[in-house]
This record gives sequence, structure tokens and C-alpha cells, in this order.
Amino acid sequence: MNILVLLKQTFDTEENIVIENGQISEENVEFIMNPYDEYAVEEAVKIKEEIGAEITAITLGPSRTASALRTALAMGADQAVLIEWDEQEADEWTASNLIAAVVKNRDFDLILGGNMAIDSGSGQVAIRVAEKLGIPHVSTITKLTLNDGTATVERDVEGDVEIVEIQLPFLATTQQGLNEPRYPSLPGIMKAKKKPLKTFSVEELSLENEDVTTATVIIDQYLPAKKQAGQILEGELQDQVSELVQILQNAAKVV
Amino acid sequence: MNYDLTDEQQMIYKMMKEFSDEVVAPGAEQRDKDKAFPKEIFDQLGKLGIMGLPFPEEYGGSGADTISFAIAVEELSRACGSTGITYSAHVSLGGAPLNLFGTEGQKKDYLVPICTGESLGAFGLTEPNAGSDAGGTETEAKLVNGEWVINGSKCFITNASYAKIVPVTAITARKDGKKEISAIIVPTDKMGFSVKAPYEKMGLNASDTTEIYVEDVHVPEDFMLGKRGEGFKQFLITLDGGRIGIGAMAVGIAQAAYEKALAYAKERTQFGRSISKFQAIQFKLADMAMKLELARGMLYKAAWLKDHGRKFSKEASMCKLYASEICMETCRDAIQIHGGNGYMKEYQVERYMRDAKLLEIGEGTSEVQRMVIAREIGC
Ligand SMILES: Cc1cc2nc3c(=O)[nH]c(=O)nc-3n(C[C@H](O)[C@H](O)[C@H](O)COP(=O)(O)OP(=O)(O)OC[C@H]3O[C@@H](n4cnc5c(N)ncnc54)[C@H](O)[C@@H]3O)c2cc1C
Ligand SMILES: Cc1cc2nc3c(=O)[nH]c(=O)nc-3n(C[C@H](O)[C@H](O)[C@H](O)COP(=O)(O)OP(=O)(O)OC[C@H]3O[C@@H](n4cnc5c(N)ncnc54)[C@H](O)[C@@H]3O)c2cc1C
Repeated sequence: MNILVLLKQTFDTEENIVIENGQISEENVEFIMNPYDEYAVEEAVKIKEEIGAEITAITLGPSRTASALRTALAMGADQAVLIEWDEQEADEWTASNLIAAVVKNRDFDLILGGNMAIDSGSGQVAIRVAEKLGIPHVSTITKLTLNDGTATVERDVEGDVEIVEIQLPFLATTQQGLNEPRYPSLPGIMKAKKKPLKTFSVEELSLENEDVTTATVIIDQYLPAKKQAGQILEGELQDQVSELVQILQNAAKVV
Repeated sequence: MNYDLTDEQQMIYKMMKEFSDEVVAPGAEQRDKDKAFPKEIFDQLGKLGIMGLPFPEEYGGSGADTISFAIAVEELSRACGSTGITYSAHVSLGGAPLNLFGTEGQKKDYLVPICTGESLGAFGLTEPNAGSDAGGTETEAKLVNGEWVINGSKCFITNASYAKIVPVTAITARKDGKKEISAIIVPTDKMGFSVKAPYEKMGLNASDTTEIYVEDVHVPEDFMLGKRGEGFKQFLITLDGGRIGIGAMAVGIAQAAYEKALAYAKERTQFGRSISKFQAIQFKLADMAMKLELARGMLYKAAWLKDHGRKFSKEASMCKLYASEICMETCRDAIQIHGGNGYMKEYQVERYMRDAKLLEIGEGTSEVQRMVIAREIGC
């Protein structure tokens, strides 16, 4: 069984984020493996422990992103591929073209990726890769059971569960609830450096120019406005209700 | 010069930070109140390969370096001092002497369960009449028919309730009125060996501090740890490593106190302004940040020297002394910045100060560290 895991390195959204000239400043930023991708790595490692598998972790980004791959290797992935991309963040179009170019030359039975990256939040890259490879995909999965050549997958549909039967090979994006990602063990960390990590440059993938040219441009980025202090109504319940209706009608003008 | 951590050290840092925040920190306040030993945390650390962090892989260890050990101790202590001291003593007092001085057989029998976390590591040096002056040891071992027969007692011994063995220092001979001190491995299930935990401590309440009684305990002659008569020399070497552990604990607790104080100062408003805008508060925080940086620098330097096989006694003492003293100062100021809230358990900073005080006492008091440094600089 060959499993490919697509993962992204993102900044830690729990840390202080600074925007300079419309760009997120990388000074003093903590970089982490995208949390949704941790579920993908964990699921792959669980499958490996249960039935055996060869896991390849794949990422796209500047050379610093190798540390996210090393984390995946420390968690139990066997090898890693870094597609080096030093320019401004690749958009969904270029990212999926580049990843698909690497994946199409490999044997795989299953591709796992996070449901979305917490930085861009688009949730598109993995699914576009599946489209480009011409394989089925299923998103936001919360349970995965492998049968002989097929899989039964539960997916999160706005609070409800949908159960899907799907043929291998396929791509799935992982959602919270699928598993509890493990801490990399210390022996895992010590071994990670000795596992193969292959780097591709964009040129090596010999794609058409238009496939590696971003189709979208980020014009501006800004932090959300500081939350205003809320207003707490007081007095008798009756009075509070009429005051609230007042505010919604006249001040907020929403009803 | 290179001030960057290696890839492995960075990963260990990240992993230990997450583990400490998610698993260790949440129960720390309650464990302090209940005096509850965090056994489950050590079971988990065992599974993650952290319990045998610096020991060779052939004995079940993970073969990481001393800087990684310092990082692990710092992160655990930042979340919970009791967890930090338990781990630090386990590795540097329990595992290290077996690794340094043990025979192949002793390592197989006793270092392996320490690395897996099946047993905690402990070392019995201190006695009621032998603290700073370890030469005052009164515990005695006599060789009778190829067995050591040991009598005596030890006090303040960390982790002994959870240990399969405790090496103890004992007088093995007297020559011209001079004591010959050796270390002997004592399995804790031996007849005549008992462990009691009677202490009501100031802090580190969730750690295990015990009294040990050794009454006519018989162990085979080859349970000697290291060379006969070198017990004194060996524990001085052991303590050098242990001082890096205490230094790391101090940096961890000071970091926790500093973070809490900085966050509180930014949040708290008095006289119409955030108290972080008052110079009196700013200077305290600036001093904290500076002292922490210096202590961590000294910690890493001592650990680096050890990792490179250099002499590190002086630096280990400096690291332990400086870090433990700035840790107390930082905790005291953190409470001060919290005002009346700082005096309340809910805000955690008072626990940090109670835990931190031990660091100026254990593994050589501040006075003893100054004696070591003075000797090293040729006084
Ligand atoms: C929580 C805890 C855990 C511990 N864990 C362990 C353990 O696992 N194993 C172990 O063996 N021990 C352990 N200890 C013991 C610890 O190492 C000793 O308490 C410490 O070495 C000090 O010895 P003492 O308490 O006898 O104090 P003393 O030696 O009696 O010192 C009292 C005071 O006199 C000062 N002093 C002593 N001699 C001199 C001198 N020559 N010049 C100037 N000042 C001097 C000291 O600095 C101190 O201020 C632990 C202690 C505690 C509290
Ligand atoms: C056990 C206990 C018993 C108490 N009993 C009583 C009682 O009986 N009656 C009662 O009324 N109160 C009582 N108090 C409250 C006590 O007096 C206050 O805690 C104390 O005055 C500090 O106020 P605070 O806690 O709000 O701290 P804050 O005023 O928030 O101070 C926080 C920190 O900011 C510093 N700071 C504040 N303003 C400035 C400034 N302008 N410049 C520089 N630094 C500044 C403070 O010195 C302190 O370090 C008690 C408190 C405790 C803990």
C-alpha cells in the first residue's frame, strides 16, 4: 500500500501575526505543520501500523518547509518530497499543478491531505490535485475504513454524517475528529534526519509556463478590525427585549 | 559560533512544548494542592522515548544530547515544577550514574527499565548528618560472605517510591580514621529496605521526596556501582550533570513566571492605564527578560561543553547558581506585578516561587556552588 500525504507548512495562527506592506511578516513567526494535515499524517501512520504501508509526505514551499516534512517523518512517514517554491505564495492553480506533476509519476493507492490550510483557508489544493489526476476524491472525512480495493468513508456535512463507498485509488481530505494526531516520539525524531527527503525545483518538473504562473493575485491583506466592546443590556427582561428590538431596528438597522 | 538549535533539538523543543502545554500544564495546580504524583504523565513520556533521552539506544535510550535534555527539563518545568524535578532526577541522578559507571550487566538490568519508564531513577546520597558535606555519610556496608550488608538511612531522596533500585552511598571501609565511600545498588524490594514519604513540603508537592531506611539489607558483592572507594568522586561527576538539570528547571519556571507577569501587566489597568506603561513595572519585566536570556545562555553553554566532552564543572555550577537565583527573583517580581492576585493560588505565580526555592538548595546549595566556582578559579 502506497500512501501519499500532502501537507503544508503554515504560520501558527495562535501567535501574533504582523502585516507589513500587505504581506505577512515572517520575522519571529512560528511555523507549524498545518493542523488539518496532522490528521492526514496520523491516519496514514495508523494504516501503516495496522496493515503496512509506505508513506510519502509531499509539500510545496520554501526550503524552511522541510521542517514540516521532518515532523511527518518523525511521526512515521517513510520518505518526503519538497517542491521548492521561493516566490510569493503559490495559488491553488499553481500549487495543484506542481503537486500533480510530482504525484503522477508515483505509485499510490491513497492520497491524504488536510481539509484546508489554516492560512489561506481555501480548501481547494488537494481536491484540484485529484481532479488533475482523474481520481475520485472525498472531502472532510471523519472516518476511514479500508476494505479490499474499496474504502468506506464517513464525511462531515455541516454537522451531519454522510457515508461514502469509494474505489481505490482516491484522495481524501481530513477533518477534525478523524483521529488524535500523535506527538512525534523521540526515537522518531532522531530517525527523521536519516530518512530520504528529495527536493524538486520547479524547472525539474518541466511544466508549461502558464501552469506555474499564478492565476490570481493578492491585492491586499489586512487584519480584522479590533472587536468593539459589546453592550450589555440591563433591567427587567421585558425592558431589555424592547430595548434590543429598538437597537436592532434603529441603530444597527438589521431588522 | 552558532546559536541555532539543530533540527533535532528544534523538533524536540516543539514536541516537548506541545506536550507540556497540552498534557502537563492543565493539572499542575490541582496536583500541587492534592500532592498527587503525575504517574500517567511519566507513562506517556516513557512511550515517547523521553525517559531514556540521553542514554544509548542499546539500553533502550534515544541517544539525544545534553542540550536536548536541558530543553526537555525546561519545557516540563515551565508547565509543572514537580514534573520537571521528577524527570531531571530520573535522568541525571538515576540513569546517569548507571550509564557512566555501571557494568554491562547492571546497565541491562537497571538502565533499560529506566529508559523505558518502567522504573523511575533515584539516587541516595543525602543523610540527616550528611548534606552539603557528603563526606559525613554514616550509612555503612560490610562485606560478609561475598555479600554487602548495609545499614543506615537517607533523607530527601527524590523518586524512590517509584524506583526498582536506589544506588546509595555507604562507607565500605575505614583506613587510618578515613572513610572509604562507595556506591552500592540496592533493589527496593530487598528485605530490610523501606521507603517513607513523610514530608510536608513548601513546594514541588506533586514530586516524590522520601526517607529511606536500610536495615541489614544484603546484596551480592557485584552490586557495587563503579569502583570501590570512588563513591565520592563518582557523585561529584554525577552532580555536575545534575546541575544542568536544575539550571534547566530554573530557566523553565522563570520563563513561566515571566510570561504570566508580562501578560498580566498588559491586561491590568490602574490609574487609568495599563500597569505595563509604568516604568516601575517595565523595569521589572525588562530585568526578567534579560536574566532569563543570560541564564538560558549559560545553561546551553554548560550543556554544550558536556556534549563536546569538555570540562564543564565550573559552568554547570555557574548555570545552576545563576539560573536558580534569577528564578527566585523572577518569581518574586512576578507575584509583585500581580499585586494581591499574585498571592492567590489561582494565578499560579505563588506556586512557581514555592517550587523555585528548592533550586537554590538541591544538588548543592548556592553556597556550595560558590565554593565550587571559587575552587575552580583557583582560590
Ligand atoms: C525536595 C528535595 C529533593 C531532594 N532530592 C535529593 C535526592 O534525590 N538525592 C539526594 O541525595 N538528596 C536530595 N536532596 C537533598 C539535597 O541535596 C540537600 O538538602 C542539600 O544538598 C543541602 O543539604 P542539607 O539539607 O543537609 O543542608 P546543610 O548542608 O545542612 O546546609 C544548611 C545551610 O548551610 C550552608 N552550608 C553548609 N556548609 C557550608 C559551608 N561549608 N560554607 C557555607 N555554607 C555552608 C548551606 O549552604 C545551607 O545554606 C533533596 C532535597 C530536597 C529538599
Ligand atoms: C491577603 C490579603 C489581604 C488583604 N486585605 C485587605 C483588606 O482587608 N482591605 C482591603 O481593602 N484590601 C485588602 N487587600 C488588598 C490589597 O491592599 C491590594 O491587593 C493591594 O493594595 C494591591 O492592589 P492590587 O492587588 O489591586 O494590585 P494592583 O494595584 O493591580 O498592582 C499591581 C502591580 O502594579 C503596581 N502598580 C500599580 N500602580 C502603579 C503605579 N502607578 N506605578 C508603579 N507601579 C504601580 C503595583 O505596585 C503592583 O506591583 C488584601 C490583599 C491580600 C492579598
